[in-house]
Amino acid sequence: MSTTAVEATTGVNYLNAKYGIRSWLLTTDHKRIALLYLASITFFFLIGGAGAVLIRLHLIEPQGALLEPATYNKMFSMHGIIMVFFFLIPSIPAVMGNFLVPMMVGARDLAFPRVNLLSWYIYVAGGLFTLYAILAGGVDTGWTFYTPLSTTYANGQVMAAALGIFITGFSSILTGLNFVVTIHKMRAPGLTWFRLPLFIWAMYATSIIQILGTPVVAIAIVLVGLERLLHVGVFDPALGGDPILFQHLFWFYSHPAVYIMILPSMGVVSELVTCFSRKRIFGYSFVAFSSVAIAVISFLVWGHHMFVSGQSVYAGLVFSALSFAVAIPSAIKVFNWTATLYKGSVSYQAPMLYAMGFIGLFTMGGLTGLFLASLATDIHLHDTYFVIAHFHYIMVGGALMGYLGGLHFWWPKMTGRLYPDGWARFSALVIFIGFNLTFFPQFMLGYLGMPRRYAVYPAEFQVLNVMSSAGASILGVGYLIPLVYFIWSMRYGPVAGPNPWNAKGLEWQTPSPPPTENFEELPIVEEEAYAYGVKEAHVG
Amino acid sequence: MADGHAAALAEQFEDLEQQHEASSLGMWVFLATEIMFFGGLFAGYTVYRGLYLAGFDAGSHLLNVKLGAFNTAVLLCSSLTMALAVRAAMLGKRRELITFLVLTILLGLTFVGVKLAFEWHRDFEEHLVPGINFAYDGSNSRAVELFFVFYFFMTGVHALHMVIGVAILAVLTWQAFRGRFGPERYNPVEMAGLYWHFVDVIWIFLFPLLYLIGAHH
Amino acid sequence: MSQHVVPKKTYLFVFAALISLTILTTSVAMIDLGPVNIVVALLIAMCKASLVALFFMHLRWSSRLMHIVAIAALFWLAILLTLTLSDYRTRQWTPAAEGWEAPSIQLNR
Repeated sequence: MSTTAVEATTGVNYLNAKYGIRSWLLTTDHKRIALLYLASITFFFLIGGAGAVLIRLHLIEPQGALLEPATYNKMFSMHGIIMVFFFLIPSIPAVMGNFLVPMMVGARDLAFPRVNLLSWYIYVAGGLFTLYAILAGGVDTGWTFYTPLSTTYANGQVMAAALGIFITGFSSILTGLNFVVTIHKMRAPGLTWFRLPLFIWAMYATSIIQILGTPVVAIAIVLVGLERLLHVGVFDPALGGDPILFQHLFWFYSHPAVYIMILPSMGVVSELVTCFSRKRIFGYSFVAFSSVAIAVISFLVWGHHMFVSGQSVYAGLVFSALSFAVAIPSAIKVFNWTATLYKGSVSYQAPMLYAMGFIGLFTMGGLTGLFLASLATDIHLHDTYFVIAHFHYIMVGGALMGYLGGLHFWWPKMTGRLYPDGWARFSALVIFIGFNLTFFPQFMLGYLGMPRRYAVYPAEFQVLNVMSSAGASILGVGYLIPLVYFIWSMRYGPVAGPNPWNAKGLEWQTPSPPPTENFEELPIVEEEAYAYGVKEAHVG
Repeated sequence: MADGHAAALAEQFEDLEQQHEASSLGMWVFLATEIMFFGGLFAGYTVYRGLYLAGFDAGSHLLNVKLGAFNTAVLLCSSLTMALAVRAAMLGKRRELITFLVLTILLGLTFVGVKLAFEWHRDFEEHLVPGINFAYDGSNSRAVELFFVFYFFMTGVHALHMVIGVAILAVLTWQAFRGRFGPERYNPVEMAGLYWHFVDVIWIFLFPLLYLIGAHH
Repeated sequence: MSQHVVPKKTYLFVFAALISLTILTTSVAMIDLGPVNIVVALLIAMCKASLVALFFMHLRWSSRLMHIVAIAALFWLAILLTLTLSDYRTRQWTPAAEGWEAPSIQLNR
């Protein structure tokens, strides 16, 4: 054990194998590409976060404290676009997926390493177009680009922003393609489907959604561009078009997209909950099948975003019923994680704190989703702060916490360094408290009738808004602390051994950081996943 | 093993069979994304055809069925020559491979040429291009314009895919000329073949939906 | 995907079938069969597409996984079409109430 610890600092690993900026920008090593993504995603997260800060500062006063109404519209639009397309959708797949999928299946790299690098460049290109759109004036259509506002009446940078999103979509598609082929064709000997870590099942399900959904929103965006450019009437009622058709094509992707954002986090939680309760997952196949079920059913429910759009009531009924169905596999996962914790030997390091936060907050977000899935209640809640609170509980309380938990869990593997656990636990707590203070009041605001995307609001809502903004400031601090100690740890953090958490999984069988080719010899897998507390046959 | 063969195995794979299977699966998954990409357009077309049957029929009637049928035959021919090209690559028959690749390219260019020079050119002259010079006198003019929006966009995206296919085949022809393919390494030709056939399949559906629905008037 | 070498004859037969089906579909389109026209046209197109997929694209000799990928893509396309059309086909089912008129509202501008 001690020799490998020395190797970790003095040996050749993927970080020091080659030097120079060209070796990074032209790399095909999935681990380096994961770090390239980490840097660019963090950059966009900070920009999207800045937008959030400005929004919450503005909403301190009923008449708006900071921004002109037109600017406010651009602010929430950019916040949504950046956070959805440039942070949440890539986040775990591009960073942790890229780093871990080959290692967890016992391969040397993904199936198509050069396509992987291309994915990153495409992501960056799309990001640059979108940044240009922001700097050149922004868009005020919301991240949803509804027609005819986006096609006819909006006078912002709709084309540039749409182009940025269109380009980035291909990054998502190619990443999904790479993962599907890798998981199918490059598993190590003995690694059958039901011995795979649940993180891999989650990435597989996510990839299915990326592959089958993204092309449809790409077409929807191109049609918006076409209409805007050529003044043709695909979505324009005056010319015979139907604006709701845009919504169908948009939400066909964008609803499954929210599962692209949450499934990987769920995969991370399965890894964390097992490691930090030193127990097998309860109901492995249920959790595995639930991931796939979520991916499939997610494509059947998009109309629940359109209950009040003018969509047929009968279609609405079908979508509402199917939306209840999609909650079931998510609930199954929550039950299984909870059962895993039961009678486990639980420890509360930072990754576990994030996992527990996820389970609680995701459950709240999921349950409030049912209010919105119900056609009758959604009539009143649609386009209110209730919706905003619901999806932030899932996206921030769920997906982002899973991302942070995974980052804290695999940081030692990726960098070979440990971060200060005290600060990590402290910031996890700060984030949890700040998050709830920010978003719980928004449920109440929505219930009381405050509409979303409004730059001004009636005076009686001010107390809750100020509470929310105060919480946001705490939340912001909570996010900045890890930024500091992660960077600090890269230089000054104590050396991590190959397996500081004593976790199961092929990635922990390698030195930290791993060598470029991952494994000296490809492992042969003979035990099940999460064989905690089981008398083990020595692996590979 | 000859040097050319050893170089054929990429280092992330254990053996040639794994590499071949991974490539094939990768290409089929990519084609699945393309099905959904075109699918969005087919969905939009279906919706509007359902709403504006008369207008779409009238618009379709303005297209030249003979040219459409000719182009369909051209594409089917090109699929035949492409399949024969892949077969030649599998068998290591270099001359045959190059011949069939070149034939496929020529047929593909014929398709695009007919589209541009005859069909679209004529549509432009008859003021049927939405957003540029559309002017239609009959009834249902809005629906007819909508038909032409979908007509140009769908055949345009299809043609773009064809042009990309031709470029890929040109690169492969050059590589075949340099002797890069043989029974040990014909994967790229096979994958390009899958792509080419897929573009043909899209046209197999575009032809009846765009050209034939108004043909009986 | 197999290493199976397909005889030239097979390809030629398939090609002949494809051309025949093209002639068939073009001819049938010239006859007015009302709503049946589009059904026939699509059925023939599906036959042609299947021939290309099975023989030219070698699906016939490919592993089950490729079949699943192809079928999955078509299934997902079917989801998009079916649920979207379920909206458009049922919009007229909800009739406006008899004698309903918009109330006259004084707007404070």
